[in-house]
Amino acid sequence: MAESTNGEPRIGVYVCDCGTNIAGKVDVPSVVEFAATLPHVAVAREYKYMCSDPGQELIQKDIKEQGIDRVVVAACSPTMHEPTFRKAVGDAGLNQFLFQMANIREHDSWVTEDPEKATEKAKHIIDAAVHRVVFQAPLEPIEVPMNSDVLIVGGGIAGIEASLKLADAGHKVYLVEKDPSIGGHMAQFDKTFPTLDCSACILTPKMSAVGKHPNIELLTYSEVTEVDGYVGNFKVKVNKKARYVDIDKCTGCTLCTEQCVVAKVPNEFNEGLDKRRAAYIPFPQAVPLKATIDPSRCLYLTKGKCKQTCVAACGPEAIDFEQKDEEVEIEVGAIIISTGYEMFDNEKIDRYGYGKLPDVITSLEFERISNASGPTGGEILCKDGSKPRSVAILHCVGSRDENYNEHCSRVCCMYSLKFSHLIKEHLPETEVYQCYIDMRCFGKGYEEFYKRLMNEGVVFIRGRAAEVTAASKEQAGSEGKLLVTVEDTLLGVVRHLPVDMVVLSSALEAQPDAKEVAQMFGFGCSSAGFYIERHPKLEPVGTVTDGIFIAGCCQGPKDIPDTVAQAGAAAAGALALVDNKTVKIEPTISYIDPEKCSGCHICVGLCPHNAIQYNEELDAAQVIEAACKGCGVCVSACGSGVPVQRGFTDDQIFAEIEGALA
Amino acid sequence: MSANDFEPRIVGFLCRWCSYNGADLAGTSRMKYPPNLIPIKTNCSGRVDPTHIMKAFAEGADGVLISGCHPGDCHYINGNWRTAGRFPMMEILLEQLNIDPRRLRLEWVSAAEGDKWAHVVTEFVEQIRELGPLNWQGQFHNEYEEEQQEAVTA
Repeated sequence: MAESTNGEPRIGVYVCDCGTNIAGKVDVPSVVEFAATLPHVAVAREYKYMCSDPGQELIQKDIKEQGIDRVVVAACSPTMHEPTFRKAVGDAGLNQFLFQMANIREHDSWVTEDPEKATEKAKHIIDAAVHRVVFQAPLEPIEVPMNSDVLIVGGGIAGIEASLKLADAGHKVYLVEKDPSIGGHMAQFDKTFPTLDCSACILTPKMSAVGKHPNIELLTYSEVTEVDGYVGNFKVKVNKKARYVDIDKCTGCTLCTEQCVVAKVPNEFNEGLDKRRAAYIPFPQAVPLKATIDPSRCLYLTKGKCKQTCVAACGPEAIDFEQKDEEVEIEVGAIIISTGYEMFDNEKIDRYGYGKLPDVITSLEFERISNASGPTGGEILCKDGSKPRSVAILHCVGSRDENYNEHCSRVCCMYSLKFSHLIKEHLPETEVYQCYIDMRCFGKGYEEFYKRLMNEGVVFIRGRAAEVTAASKEQAGSEGKLLVTVEDTLLGVVRHLPVDMVVLSSALEAQPDAKEVAQMFGFGCSSAGFYIERHPKLEPVGTVTDGIFIAGCCQGPKDIPDTVAQAGAAAAGALALVDNKTVKIEPTISYIDPEKCSGCHICVGLCPHNAIQYNEELDAAQVIEAACKGCGVCVSACGSGVPVQRGFTDDQIFAEIEGALA
Repeated sequence: MSANDFEPRIVGFLCRWCSYNGADLAGTSRMKYPPNLIPIKTNCSGRVDPTHIMKAFAEGADGVLISGCHPGDCHYINGNWRTAGRFPMMEILLEQLNIDPRRLRLEWVSAAEGDKWAHVVTEFVEQIRELGPLNWQGQFHNEYEEEQQEAVTA
């Protein structure tokens, strides 16, 4: 080990056992012994948990007492603990960029079968880091002003909750919703499990609070089209779709919706169970309570010919067929994505007969028919208007099924129980069957609710339903009924249940455009399309992009309490950022020496962020520091090797390659 | 050295937004793959300079992998397209330098594709194993010596 400095770097290498996560596979003492032999390494140590306070103090003590001026920590992924160690190094008086992390957990001990090979790989990874750190130079994070406004994308219960929290804290919130009203799926529900609160009664006060809040700017019938910038300074373009109604003039009186001559548009809010007009307000509690003219169905907008009864009916002259889509540009410091979910397309499972057998309905359709504001006024009725004397509820339709979705949608067991209760409440004589795989009653009060339903006369049959068919004439006593074939796996018999109605408890799926949205905001989504959190346990609402948070079902299926909790967490995460006046960003940006630059312009055109300008006076390219994001494209494109990316210089990368292959 | 005991040495350049996180996910999910690739993190795959690739071969790498975000997913809008654009040029360069272009591979691995990362590394290690050791510097050296020899004997 090096004894004296003489201007030579003195590197400290700290290898973490991570309990047994690393030490269980990698022979840490031999790695430490190896590290100690590397050039410029003055200290090499092993510790059980480097990230713990004593672990960090170990490094700090060496910096102060042993004159360590470069630090390598071989532990987990930098995504996990780079900030921890940078801070520790900085607190000990060393520039935090004189630190390099060697990832020997995610990239080695967890993925390598053979302990000897894992140990070898750890040595190479550490060697690369030690070589690199020699060439690292002190850097200072760039401090930029923080925009204190927040954008929230998606106006379901998650977006509503997060908006209110942030707006109450005094921050300006832009809430963007693609539909004409906020409310999301929760606005469609009848009751909520297990407390049986009326969904609208608990949601609509929050919706109206959003509509009235002085700090919330509501952008409904709008979609985000472009996102640029970084934490603290995002620039977002929003397309406000033309609704052909001036919402400043519209009073929500519904006269236009009553007078519109196009009457047969399937009503999305009631899951297509009844019709709306082309001029419509989605539901009576809509926020904003403003009319929208459906451009795909309006006669005037599609054919250019209509007597425009809506215009005649509108007192305040709010209808404006000349309205165009409008692009709005907003600037915010943080973003919360709460774009929700979509229901599984039940027609994909042919054998359940959805779409062919009229009384096979989806769970959302059931929500609407049991809801007093729904198409049947809250009466649970078959399509022919009769009251069902027996109902089968089929669980896991499109969930827990490798043909469709592997995941459990989490809420279906509980809403199925809720449906059973509602049926028993409305129609006490009606038989209710639940065909389930397992009952997953995981939340507070949920198991108790299940117990309660067992005492309400509901029949529970353990087994996934095989098929639903129309009973044939030969099946005496079952004429006109639906036959549910299911194996009762507890009794070991196949049963054929004649019922009047079948409710399919369908899966929750990611939004169809989830991938494009994730791409636009710069984070990942799983193969099922659910957004990936920064850390599944400890940062469940963060994303890999600083300043962008996720909440609600866009991250994965969840119930309302969990959604609201996540929305609060996302709001707190955003608040912790936008409450600051400035934000520090990585200084890994490019620099072009005007003395060396020949002014050939190659980098100018290649820069993805237009951060390089040609300076005529200097006859050289110049990096606009505030616009440079640090991709390094200019560095690798320059024929003369003039641009330098701080923190990723050629010297550093060359040294890392040498170390990796040493 | 027989093909069986040849352990390929591979350098992987991973962009920090997609592929590095994808490799992390493979780790978090405890997927297993061969240990022959040493990862080097760059902000963007667009930062990977042809000289980095040549440096790796010169330092004794048998293969080089560049892995970035899927086209359209780049954190820097289109940095990965720059890499993709340079790639055919790199292949020609490698051929001219007597290096089988199959020793250089470009992949798109997203932050969600831990399984793809494990698969890519496994497959690439196998491919390099089949191609055998490169020993490019040694080869270069031998050629130089041969030339010298020829010059002397001529």
